Amino acid sequence: MDDTQYRTTTPWPYPVHYGRERMVETDVLILGGGIAGCHAAINAARMGVKVAVVEKGATIRSGSGGAGVDHWHNAFTNPCSKVTPEEAAELIASLGLKMPEGYGAGHVRYIEFKESWDALLDLEKMGVKIRDVDDEFKGADFRDDQTKLMFAYDYENRHVIRVQGGKVKVALYHELKRLGIGIFDRVMATSLLNEGGVAGGRVVGAMGVDVRTGEFCVFQAKATILATAQPLRLWVFSTELQGSAAEHDDPNCTGDGVAMAWKAGARFSLMERSEAFGGGFRYPAYGTGNASNTWFGCSMVDAKGKEIPWVNRDGALLKTVAERFRPAPGQKFTLNDPRCERVYEVRGAGFIPDLPERIMKGEYELPFYADLPAMPEHERRAIFGLMVGHEGKTLIPVYKALTEAGFDPDKDMLQANIVPAEMAGRTIPYWNGAGPSQWRGFAFIFFGGLVTDWDLGTNLEGLFAAGNQLMGGGTHTIAATSGRYAGRKAAEFALQAPAPTISRAQLDAEKKRVYAPIERSEGIGWKEFQSGISRIMQDYCGEYKTEETLKVGLTWLNSIRESEGAKVCARNPHELARTLETFSRLTCGEIIMHASLGRKASSNALDFKRLDYPEKDPPEWNKFVVVSLAHDQVKTGELPLNYWLKAPNAPTLEENYRNHCSLPEDSQHGK
Amino acid sequence: MENSNYVPNPQTPCTAIFIDPALCRGCNTCAEVCRVDVLIPSVCGQPPIPVYSDECWFCGVCVEHCPVPGAIRMEHPLNQRIAWKRKETGEFFRIGMKNPPPPNKKPPVGGVVTAAKNRPLQIQNREWRVSKHGF
Repeated sequence: MDDTQYRTTTPWPYPVHYGRERMVETDVLILGGGIAGCHAAINAARMGVKVAVVEKGATIRSGSGGAGVDHWHNAFTNPCSKVTPEEAAELIASLGLKMPEGYGAGHVRYIEFKESWDALLDLEKMGVKIRDVDDEFKGADFRDDQTKLMFAYDYENRHVIRVQGGKVKVALYHELKRLGIGIFDRVMATSLLNEGGVAGGRVVGAMGVDVRTGEFCVFQAKATILATAQPLRLWVFSTELQGSAAEHDDPNCTGDGVAMAWKAGARFSLMERSEAFGGGFRYPAYGTGNASNTWFGCSMVDAKGKEIPWVNRDGALLKTVAERFRPAPGQKFTLNDPRCERVYEVRGAGFIPDLPERIMKGEYELPFYADLPAMPEHERRAIFGLMVGHEGKTLIPVYKALTEAGFDPDKDMLQANIVPAEMAGRTIPYWNGAGPSQWRGFAFIFFGGLVTDWDLGTNLEGLFAAGNQLMGGGTHTIAATSGRYAGRKAAEFALQAPAPTISRAQLDAEKKRVYAPIERSEGIGWKEFQSGISRIMQDYCGEYKTEETLKVGLTWLNSIRESEGAKVCARNPHELARTLETFSRLTCGEIIMHASLGRKASSNALDFKRLDYPEKDPPEWNKFVVVSLAHDQVKTGELPLNYWLKAPNAPTLEENYRNHCSLPEDSQHGK
Repeated sequence: MENSNYVPNPQTPCTAIFIDPALCRGCNTCAEVCRVDVLIPSVCGQPPIPVYSDECWFCGVCVEHCPVPGAIRMEHPLNQRIAWKRKETGEFFRIGMKNPPPPNKKPPVGGVVTAAKNRPLQIQNREWRVSKHGF
């Protein structure tokens, strides 16, 4: 297909009204209509306030969780769970920086533990199947016959629930409609509004551009929830790769929310955290033979059909499939996040630890295969049929694609992607592939974002955050639970907040900024501009960083903004939106470099390497580096780990939650 | 070789979306559910056009919501297709191979993949003042 032809011969299908203003007034404004945004909207609306959701794509399916969900984490208050939210939180806290969430947000995690099951019950009321109501899995050892709930990973403790959430967003969308929530699809929020137009002041709404018509949209609000996402495709960008070098999350995750909150004066932390990235050369997620995440527990065999043995955390060989789904003797419970693979206290069963050496010696021969036919029938169907089928991007891209081509899990073994032997059996390479050290990605979970308090409020009055936008956010259940919590808190704030006033000067300045690329009839395209930004990130903010590389990197980011940034040209509203996204990513790159300059120490826990400060995790640096913009100057500060338990907060998670959660006592779970 | 034309290079290996014009009713549901506007709608019942397919996330939602099974399909590019092996016979297979095995018609848990019961979506009012709250 020749796409240049369309550009020259096919008229743009939508009416174009660059610069025309649309004004919306609301009590609570939610930016981002993904999982966090939808739960936030529903919970705010339930408190009787007027709610508007602004979404760059289509709320009915967009967001990283919009393509589906198959297992629901940390439902510690479900009736079958043998672990309480307090027990889980205490264990994680006791492990400190051994856990990936040692650098995370304990209050966000605790809110998740307390409300994960509640959020799932909400979804059940909206029509999402969270139980085996058709009795297809009757008799399976992961099923509770009384509640018909089905569990994943740890069948003993039963805190992760297998759900049929392929169309979870469709259910949420209809609930938004039913509640009369204003849905503004295809509108890209571009900047926040501060009262009086002064950065650092109360947030009183946002501005944006319709990505189809080019109209300028102004949302005036008493409270605003940022439920947008982290910047992806910042280090590696190529349209020659699948989905322009797609990462796991939605391509709409371009850091627009990060960039706009930064400019408005919000405080960020963990922005220096990034991780190795395969640069878009990965296979489709969940679409290759493996034994983790959605495929957890699947038998794997080598090229000759020899099974790869499983062991528990103590190295004891597991003789049955059932044992893979149980804690080791003496272990309270397991957490099967791939980043917990090396954390003894919580790690679940896995392959023999010396698998790489045994491959090198020729004992196991590549390639490996997921031996679905060897699995007990219920397990096989749960992996390929329930989880692959409802997990994000599996129904059409994996289940339909493979079965239509004749794949039969009763007979066939799906090949594992071939990774270097030293990575065999580990999860992350399967997930991301492997790339050179200058290829990085924004961390997948527990990454950088807005610093929040026990209201999920930020340092800016009237601005709340949820989901991926939180420092320490990530995952479907954090999005759902922080969304419901922030929705309540923002509504509560809006009910007592004075009417907002917006600044005409701020509107005019933003209009000038956002429409600049369509004023030019020639220049460079957004893809080239993005590739240039990515190159600077690779060169100066790759795996190994120094004061010098970061400072030079900042110089070049600024230079590219001044010169090529003034030449980027957009030919229709779609290209305009993509162009504005590249500016969001550029700002995110700057924040990441400033945050990286602020942490003058290396850290294993953060996968952060400063060549000029090689010592790993020296105790004096076990703290959050906080960056923000004040009067056009970057301010670097710090917060203690566990700041959510330091004054003025109460000393325990439970007490803080009770004081802030805005739920009546009798509806607080886990009590 | 006679038909040598001066033309741009073919697309990146991310064509992603294929529409069968004989089946497509031109309802534009696929264009309405797409998160990145890969497709631009066409008028008068003509199929939508996948103009921005190199931005596709390969989520398959367009196929899921299509009211006409088979009218739209999503395909991973060649470098994204893993192979499999039949356990009993040791035969190798892959998507797109010559002489493929017959399709496996077993639906996923919860029902069929796509169904004629899908109705065209009228999802987003482009009018702004509609809800009971006066937007």
